[in-house]
Amino acid sequence: MKGSEAIIESLKAAGTEVIFGLPGGVVIPLYDALFDSDLSHYLVRHEQGAAHMADGYARATGKTGVCIATSGPGATNLVTGIANAYLDSTPIVAITGQVRSDLIGTDAFQEVDITGITQPIVKHSYLIKDPKDIPRVIKEAFYIASSGRPGPVLIDIPVDMQNAEIDYVEGKKIDLPGYRPTLKGHKKQIRAAARAITAAEKPVLYVGGGVITAGAEKELQALAKLMKIPVATTLMGIGTFPEDNVLSLGMLGMHGTGYANYAVTHSDLLIGVGARFDDRVTGKLSTFARHAKKIHIDLDPAEISKNVLIDIPIVGDAKNVLAGLVAELKSMKRDARKTAAWIDQINTWKKKHPLSYQDEEGSIMPQFVVEEIDRVTRGNAIIVTEVGQNQMWSALFYKHKKPRHFISSGGLGTMGFGFPASIGAKVGRPDKTVIDIAGDGSFQMTIQELATAVCYDIPVIVCILNNGFLGMVRQWQELFWNKRYSETIISCQPDFAALADAYGALGITITEKKDVADAIRTAIKAKKPAVLDFKVRAEENVFPMVPAGKSIEEMIGGHK
Amino acid sequence: MKHTLSVLVENKPGALARIAGLFSRRGFNIDSLAVGVTEDPDVSRMTITVSAAEHPIEQVTKQLHKLINVIKITDLDPENTVARELALIKVKSDAGNRAEIMQLAEIFRANILDVGRNTLTIEITGTYEKIDALERLLFPHGVVEVVRTGRIAIERGQK
Repeated sequence: MKGSEAIIESLKAAGTEVIFGLPGGVVIPLYDALFDSDLSHYLVRHEQGAAHMADGYARATGKTGVCIATSGPGATNLVTGIANAYLDSTPIVAITGQVRSDLIGTDAFQEVDITGITQPIVKHSYLIKDPKDIPRVIKEAFYIASSGRPGPVLIDIPVDMQNAEIDYVEGKKIDLPGYRPTLKGHKKQIRAAARAITAAEKPVLYVGGGVITAGAEKELQALAKLMKIPVATTLMGIGTFPEDNVLSLGMLGMHGTGYANYAVTHSDLLIGVGARFDDRVTGKLSTFARHAKKIHIDLDPAEISKNVLIDIPIVGDAKNVLAGLVAELKSMKRDARKTAAWIDQINTWKKKHPLSYQDEEGSIMPQFVVEEIDRVTRGNAIIVTEVGQNQMWSALFYKHKKPRHFISSGGLGTMGFGFPASIGAKVGRPDKTVIDIAGDGSFQMTIQELATAVCYDIPVIVCILNNGFLGMVRQWQELFWNKRYSETIISCQPDFAALADAYGALGITITEKKDVADAIRTAIKAKKPAVLDFKVRAEENVFPMVPAGKSIEEMIGGHK
Repeated sequence: MKHTLSVLVENKPGALARIAGLFSRRGFNIDSLAVGVTEDPDVSRMTITVSAAEHPIEQVTKQLHKLINVIKITDLDPENTVARELALIKVKSDAGNRAEIMQLAEIFRANILDVGRNTLTIEITGTYEKIDALERLLFPHGVVEVVRTGRIAIERGQK
C-alpha cells in the first residue's frame, strides 16, 4: 500500500467521515488516494476556511475535525485556523503536505517549516520521516487532539512519504509516556469543595467551555439546582446552563450582564469550572471576586492559579468532578436554603440592571435582529458568530439553552471565523438550522466560502448586522478615543444580496424593522445558502461594557 | 532565584525546540541548558537553569508538563543536589606569566589542555561559582575565549 493510501486508511480507522481541504503540488498523491475513498471531502476556496470548517464541525458535533492543505502557502493559510482551535481548545487534526524529504531545509519551492511556525499554537505536531510511522502517528494525533484538554495537532507529510510503498499495519496501542491527562478529581479536594459549598451564603458558579468539552451540562445543572447556586458563563461556556432558568446570570466579564458581574464581585464563594480566568472575564485581577473563596475545577493543571490564586483546586474532567461533588453534597444532606437571601439580592440586580437597549424610530436595532432570530428559530438554531459587536449581541440577546449550539471564536477573536465555522457546523449537524450572525467587516474576510456553501448545497444563513463600521473598534474609538474613527469606516462595500445572488445563494437586503422576521423565515424555508443584509443602526454600542483593565463592577451602560 | 530544572524528555525530533520555545514564549530567559542521553537511549535529560520567582517557575513547569514529549520534571533542591559545569578557557600567555597561570590552574585542579605560542587552554570542572572564580583570576592576563557547557546536576543518594 502507498503511504497516501495508508493516510486515508488511518483517517478512517480514527473515525473520520469528512475532510475540509484544498489540494496543491505535494498533496497530489494524497488527493489521488482520496479520489478512490468514500470519505466526504469539501473543497474550500481558501485553506483558512478549511481549518475553521474543521473547527466548527468539531464544536457542533464533539468529533475531531480534519483539514488538509498543501505545503508552503497552503500550510501558512491554515495558521490562523490552527491558532483559533488552540486558544479555544477544539480538537482538529491538520494535515499538511511537505516538500520531498531530501529537499527539506533547502528553501525548495513552496517549502516552509510549518511544524516550526505552528509550534506555539499546537497541542502537538509531527513531521513524518519514515512512511511506516503514518498509521501510528495518525492514531496518536487523533488521541492527543481529542483527549484531555483538546487542541489542534498538525501532521506534516513530505510528498515522498505519500508515494512510498509500505505494509499497512493499523496503529498499535498508543504509548505516550509523557501524556497522561488527569481525569478523576482528588477525593479529598472534592470533599473540601463540598464543605466550602455548604458553608457559602453567596456562591456563584463560573462556567467555561470545559463543561461543554466534558459533556458535563447535566452534572452542572444538578449541582446548581441542588444547592441553588446562580450560574454565570463565559463566552465559551454559553449553552451549558439554560438562560431561561432563574439561576442563570448569563455571561460575565467585559460585556457580561450587570447582574453576573455584581454577583461575582459580591460572592463569598466562586466555583470556576472548565474556565481559565481570562482577562476578558476578570477585568482588573486584584479586585476580581475579591471577597470570595475560590474553587477551580479544570482538566489542565497549568490553568490552576495561573491568573487568580485558588483556594481549592481540583484537577480533573468536569463531568467526573461535578458528579462526585453532587454525590458528596447529597450524602451531606445539607439544604440549600442558605442561598435564598443571595438569590433575592440577585433578582433585585436583575430588575435594576436588565439587559436592554433603546429602540430608535426608523432604525433596525442589531439587538432586535438577534432577538428575532431567537424567536423565529424558537431558540433551537446553532448560532455561530463572527467577532466584535455581532458576537457580543449574539451572546447577550439570544436565549441560549443547549451546549454546542453557540459557536464563537473566544480566545483568538478571529474575524472571518464564523462563516466557514457555520459551514462546518452544518456539515456535522445537517438536521439543525445554522445561522452565522456576522458583521459586515468579518464576513468579508472569508466571504469566498459562499462558493463552497453553494457548490455542496450547505444551507447556512448569514445574518449580517451591517453598520458600515468595524463596529467594536469604532465603539472603543467613540468611548475612549474622542470619536476619532480612524480607519473603521467601511461603508464602501459590495451589495451583499447581489453578491450572494452572483454566487448562487439567496440574498436579501433588509432596511425596515417590520421585514426582519420575514426575511429570516424566507431564508430558512429556501433551504439554500442565504445572506441576509440587515442595515442596522450604525453607531449602536454593546452595553454593558467594562473598560479594559477596570474592575468588572465598573460598567458603562446597562443601568436603568 | 536560580532554579535547576531536570527534565526527562522522549528522544524525539523537535523536543528541544518545543521546550526552548516554550520558555521564550512564556517570557523566561534560559541561563544554561545541557542535553544528553540517559541510561535509556529513548530518553534524554535536559538540565535547564533559569532565574525566576517561585510562582512563575511553577507556571512554566506546568506548561512544560503539557508538552507531549516531556515525561518528568524535577525542580532540583540545591541542598540535595550535586551540580557541575565544565569550562574551557583560552587565556593569553607567554614566558612571563605561564608559570603563574599554571599555578592557578593547579590550585583549582584544572588541566592544561593546550599550550600555544601565545595562549594556554585550561579545562576546569566544578560548580558555577568555582568556574567564575578562576575566570576572574585569569581575567587580568587576557581571556581570549570561554566555552561553558552549562550546568548538569543530579540528586544526591540517600544518606
